[in-house]
Amino acid sequence: METEKVIRVQELTKKFGDFTAVDSISFEVTKGEIFGFLGANGAGKTTAIRMLCGLSLPTSGIASVAGFDVYKQNESIKKNIGYMSQKFSLYEDLTVVENISFYAGIYGLNDNQIREKTGLLLAQLQLEGERKSLVRSLPLGWKQKLAFSIAIVHDPAIVFLDEPTGGVDPITRREFWSMIYAASARGITVFVTTHYMDEAEYCNRVSIMVDGRIEALDSPQNLMSNFEGRSMDDVFLRLARKAQRTS
Amino acid sequence: MKAIVVENIIKRYKAQKVEVTALDGISLSVDQGEIFGIIGPDGAGKTSLFRILTTLLLADSGYATVDGFDVVKDYKKIRRKVGYMPGRFSLYPDLTVQENLEFFAAIFNTTIKENYELIKEIYSQIEPFKDRRAGQLSGGMKQKLALSCALIHKPSVLFLDEPTTGVDAVSRKEFWEMLHRLKVQGITILVSTAYMDEATLCDRVGLIQKGILLSVNTPKGVISAFRSSLWAIRANEMYALMETIKADPAVKSCYPFGQYHHVTFNKKEQIEEHLNRIVKNGSFTGVEMFPIQANIEDCFMALMSN
Repeated sequence: METEKVIRVQELTKKFGDFTAVDSISFEVTKGEIFGFLGANGAGKTTAIRMLCGLSLPTSGIASVAGFDVYKQNESIKKNIGYMSQKFSLYEDLTVVENISFYAGIYGLNDNQIREKTGLLLAQLQLEGERKSLVRSLPLGWKQKLAFSIAIVHDPAIVFLDEPTGGVDPITRREFWSMIYAASARGITVFVTTHYMDEAEYCNRVSIMVDGRIEALDSPQNLMSNFEGRSMDDVFLRLARKAQRTS
Repeated sequence: MKAIVVENIIKRYKAQKVEVTALDGISLSVDQGEIFGIIGPDGAGKTSLFRILTTLLLADSGYATVDGFDVVKDYKKIRRKVGYMPGRFSLYPDLTVQENLEFFAAIFNTTIKENYELIKEIYSQIEPFKDRRAGQLSGGMKQKLALSCALIHKPSVLFLDEPTTGVDAVSRKEFWEMLHRLKVQGITILVSTAYMDEATLCDRVGLIQKGILLSVNTPKGVISAFRSSLWAIRANEMYALMETIKADPAVKSCYPFGQYHHVTFNKKEQIEEHLNRIVKNGSFTGVEMFPIQANIEDCFMALMSN
């Protein structure tokens, strides 16, 4: 059993003026783990993710990602993680191949590696026939699968996925999760947020944020038995309904 | 009279040389006072249908009425009677909460006071912020304001295009409770969503994919039309289990569903024996299996693959 910790967070806090968006959260994520980061709108998820990605400095607390400190080594963090969300993923005006080369280049792959990765990705996604198509013309499901492949094109230690499957059809949504499993099997840690509660059950462990704090953190099975819920939907509703903040 | 009638509507878009068929011969009708759900993924054609029915877009062919009025000839009458909440936040960000509501009331020749009862429950939640600019509201509050503005003239038909996209499970539940209270007031609601679980909260649904209606039925009717026997199965080795099941020639489909995989077969008999054989040959551990009833998502996927 691999127990290397790729994310360590201790009493991490972010305040905006009087408002405590993230309130002393602590957790660890193990290499290769699929970690579900749940919470109602406005619970503080996005603020927490921005700190972990090195985009926003914490007010207090300790956090390291891929072995790098979020205060002092945030540039190293950016090189060692991948990120994708439903809102921002690919450049619509570039072709499939251009998007791959662009991101692979940014992440420092050389020309040979880019060529190799491009071939591999197109084959895996069965997108060879669309290599010169503009990303804009692809169906949403393909876009999201391509965006995910590109987010891990540099074999990062961790990939952050912010609602990656919103609006995607149910079959493609499942194909997307197969890709997540495959990445995790390769040792890539997956940190994912979702509003689909069945997807929460695919995670190894799930944390649920309420009003800036982590109210629960465990495997889906344990959460369901501890909170006497038949599904993660039950568990989530029970915890998130306690929220005092307006969303 | 039907609140909404749609007959063989076709809508195509041309972008450069590529032609996309957004709606490919859609027909349905919605009864007065009904909550009718248009359920389908992004790109299925939901928004095109909404924009045609709210008279903001012309169909290439076909016929549609709202409240008995033709969407082409009588568009002005329809606009006076319906409420429309588009998928994208479309209020004035520079006006305050109250100014937005007053603006929409004035446009429809009414006042907040006149229809306050209808919006009271929703609007009272954002009233403490009535002097805040709409652009400064959180997502949930924007949604409540948009719904209040769409309701301020007491519309006969309410069009809600993906009101719950990106909304968390708790807020989604509250939103649907709100819709059911509006239905009691006699308002017909056409609502679209990509969340399949919301289908069961509608009186009837149209499942839509690639511009085609896969099914129009009550949620129960959709489910009872699912003919295959469906089994849930889990093991400690979930990923390997799925790969093994999928490789079996007798298996029709195998999809992950939370803690379980849902499996259908090309045959009707001896399914438990068959699954037991798969489990034994693969030496899977911690196995649990039982027959289950299909949910809307199972049905949607089965219809998609046909």
